[in-house]
Amino acid sequence: MATKKTQQSKRDFLYLTAATTGAVGAASFGWALVDSMNPAADTLALSSTEVNIAPIEPGQAITVMWRGKPVFIRRRTPEEIAEAKGVDISTMRDPQSDADRIVDGKDEWLVVVGICTHLGCVPLGQKPAEVKGEYGGWFCPCHGSHYDSSGRIRKGPAPTNLKVPEYRFVNDTTIKIG
Amino acid sequence: MANKDRKPFDNTVVEWVDSRLPIFTMLQKEYGVFPTPRNFNYFWNFGALAMVFLMLMIATGIFLAMNYTPHADHAFQSVERIMRDVNFGWLLRYMHMNGAHFFFAVVYIHIFRAMYYGSYKKPRELLYLLGVLIFVLMMATAFMGYTLPWSQMSGWGATVITSLFSAVPIIGESLVQLLWGGFSVDNPTLNRFFALHYLLPFLICAVVFLHIWALHVTGSNNPLGVEPKTKRDTLPFHPYYTMKDTFGISVVLVLFALIVFFAPNSLGHSDHYIPFNSLVTPAHIVPEWYFLLFYAILRAITFDFNLYIFAGLGLMGLAVAPLYMNKDKALNVPPILAVGALGGILFVLGFIAQEAGGNLIDLPLTGFKIISAKLGGVLAMFGAIAALALLPWLDWHKVKSAKFRPMYKFFLILFVINGVILGIMGAKVAEQPWVIISQLATGYYFAFFFVIVPLLSRIEVAKPLPRSIYEEVVKKVAVVLLVGTLAIGGLTSTAQAAGDAPTPPAREWAQDGMFGVFDKAEQQRGFQVYKEVCAACHGMGRLSYRNLADLGYSEAQVKAVAAEYNVTDGPNDEGDMFDRPARPSDRIVSPFANEKAARYANNGAYPLDLSLIVKARHGGEDYIHALLTGYEDAPEGVEMNEGMNYNKYFAGHQIAMAAPLMDDQISYADGTTATVEQMAHDVSVFLAWASEPSQDQRKRMGWKVVIFLIFMSFVFYGVKKKVWKDVEK
Repeated sequence: MATKKTQQSKRDFLYLTAATTGAVGAASFGWALVDSMNPAADTLALSSTEVNIAPIEPGQAITVMWRGKPVFIRRRTPEEIAEAKGVDISTMRDPQSDADRIVDGKDEWLVVVGICTHLGCVPLGQKPAEVKGEYGGWFCPCHGSHYDSSGRIRKGPAPTNLKVPEYRFVNDTTIKIG
Repeated sequence: MANKDRKPFDNTVVEWVDSRLPIFTMLQKEYGVFPTPRNFNYFWNFGALAMVFLMLMIATGIFLAMNYTPHADHAFQSVERIMRDVNFGWLLRYMHMNGAHFFFAVVYIHIFRAMYYGSYKKPRELLYLLGVLIFVLMMATAFMGYTLPWSQMSGWGATVITSLFSAVPIIGESLVQLLWGGFSVDNPTLNRFFALHYLLPFLICAVVFLHIWALHVTGSNNPLGVEPKTKRDTLPFHPYYTMKDTFGISVVLVLFALIVFFAPNSLGHSDHYIPFNSLVTPAHIVPEWYFLLFYAILRAITFDFNLYIFAGLGLMGLAVAPLYMNKDKALNVPPILAVGALGGILFVLGFIAQEAGGNLIDLPLTGFKIISAKLGGVLAMFGAIAALALLPWLDWHKVKSAKFRPMYKFFLILFVINGVILGIMGAKVAEQPWVIISQLATGYYFAFFFVIVPLLSRIEVAKPLPRSIYEEVVKKVAVVLLVGTLAIGGLTSTAQAAGDAPTPPAREWAQDGMFGVFDKAEQQRGFQVYKEVCAACHGMGRLSYRNLADLGYSEAQVKAVAAEYNVTDGPNDEGDMFDRPARPSDRIVSPFANEKAARYANNGAYPLDLSLIVKARHGGEDYIHALLTGYEDAPEGVEMNEGMNYNKYFAGHQIAMAAPLMDDQISYADGTTATVEQMAHDVSVFLAWASEPSQDQRKRMGWKVVIFLIFMSFVFYGVKKKVWKDVEK
């Protein structure tokens, strides 16, 4: 019975088309709903910030807000730079040389996002009175992650180094983050 | 729960769940094999359609709420941010806004279906009552939702409707303050309305659940109003009605998409795009079309109920009372007519004495008022809804469907026409002859329920009923939809204010119509006009410099334009505010720091922010163009106030702004001659774009969606045909 079979397959094709059309329609509508939760145009437009770093003395650090998050800008002392560059990176959890984390020729300046890569707390170590952890960088009080003077994870549960945001030096005393 | 009748499922997972919680058995029973009369026409699609729109409203509403700020200072701005910056925000808002219109349209047709085919009669009275409850909850939800954008229509709509409760004797004032959370409609009102607007839809869902539960106990009514007797009279709900509903839904979605993408504001009001100002009421305040019927009844009671009116109504009530008593006995007509006529005469006398203020007839004691006009209007309005709920007890005729009740059918159709008339009256200015028409129509509304329907229950002899409902299916969808759309169109076109200024002549615009897109050259020239002329006084605060990229400017050009302006930023490390050049992310800098400064510099007049002006004015860009070119010398006899200028198209003709454009006032970057006409045209285009930058994108997406939905309708029509093939034979 060939005709019956053709009819059958025609019917199946129609049902398949209908189901697909319905699914595509529902998914498109769903996407519009979900995408509305993504950052809006005005939020995206605000994603860069300029910082004046002239007043920062060696050994000091400031915290600035970028995309709603703290960014640590530290002017490192020669000892801190030496320590950051001298250490053997092969033993680190997330091996990365200090040179990969700073702008060429701007050894003094370390810019990192001040969010612990473990579960998102803000590490201590920005203010002189705060503990800087065993490696002289930052210490996250939530679950005990220690970061060094290059913001690299040295001890504790955090999986990766403190993130270095996209930034550039507009001139000697101004950096633009984002 | 007895699971003994449960048939095991083949799928082990389904079976595992079902043996513990027989949800699949329930679905199978209620939506799979559920016996449904085989003769539904397309009127029976509207229940499922209402469900679809309820779900659509909740889905879009939840995501809109994620981007909305329920605060009097931020609500309007946050809605504009949804329209301009949130991904698909304009789509969600337009779907939500027009979804409300469609939801009501669908529900009104659903109610009409119930009235026409007698779906409210025994055994479905409770099912019907739950439906009326859903309708009331919908009205409350829609009203509160309308206040959320915190526009002129929002704030004043909220003021008017909440003030209804001040008509309640003694506690009225306190009741209204309780609703407001203050001494006027203000931030606390907005906060609670938002909370309730989010809550009520879920209450609606709960009542819908009960509504459907009740439906599944009694089973559906059908066009013949004869209960199914044998298996031959019914079909399983799936696939027959699931597929028929799906087809109907996709057709209505095509209409919905056409409105959402190509005429999203056609059912709205331009004052809805002006931020709420608690000191100025819009000249012409109209509710949304779906409230107009009840609004007209509210306004129809312009008269206090004096002794005569009250006694007249009482006598008429007395005359009607025998209709409800001894339903099997014949009526004793002469005394009923006598009492009724006497009541009528008293009512008319009292009414004339009241309305004509004693000029025509002077009756003693008319000053003694039993019910004030204000309270009377509120009572009539709520009474109109109550009458709807009472219908199952006002109509005890044994025959359900109007198909077999020609007299009921006649008066019901008259009732619908009367409803449309009331709706149109609700949108008119409260002047004669509209007032008397709405009063007569209100009279018919109540007479239908309390006199005609009970009377017909006694006297109407129905046509012979068929023995069973094994009958061919009627297709009415085209008629229904056409009538629905026309009715809505008719209502909204009358819902707009006339005013004393002439309608601005309709011009042709590149962005007009379903295919129109903005002309970039016009937009750029328009921006130049704004920048070099309008910006001296008018801000564009809802627009950012980055938005100018839409006009075809490069990133560098946008940056350069922004850098021409200074914005105040800070505080800096010393704690001082400082000026810096604007960046693309900054909003377009306004010429004045605030409204006070703007008024001070302009002899007390306030140059409006222009970023929404085209949507906020009836006539849109036509109006802007007409206004800019409408300056004339004041005609003889028109006394101009000092500092005012005569403009043909401005309401009241006296405008503080002097004619802003002169020939060759600017030199266009592209070398076009800068005539007044040209500049007025270009700047109107620019302002039209600024009031809704996503307009081109909306139309482009609209075509894709509409074509997709039309395709989907055809596919589902094919499926429905296939499924029904063996039945219709």
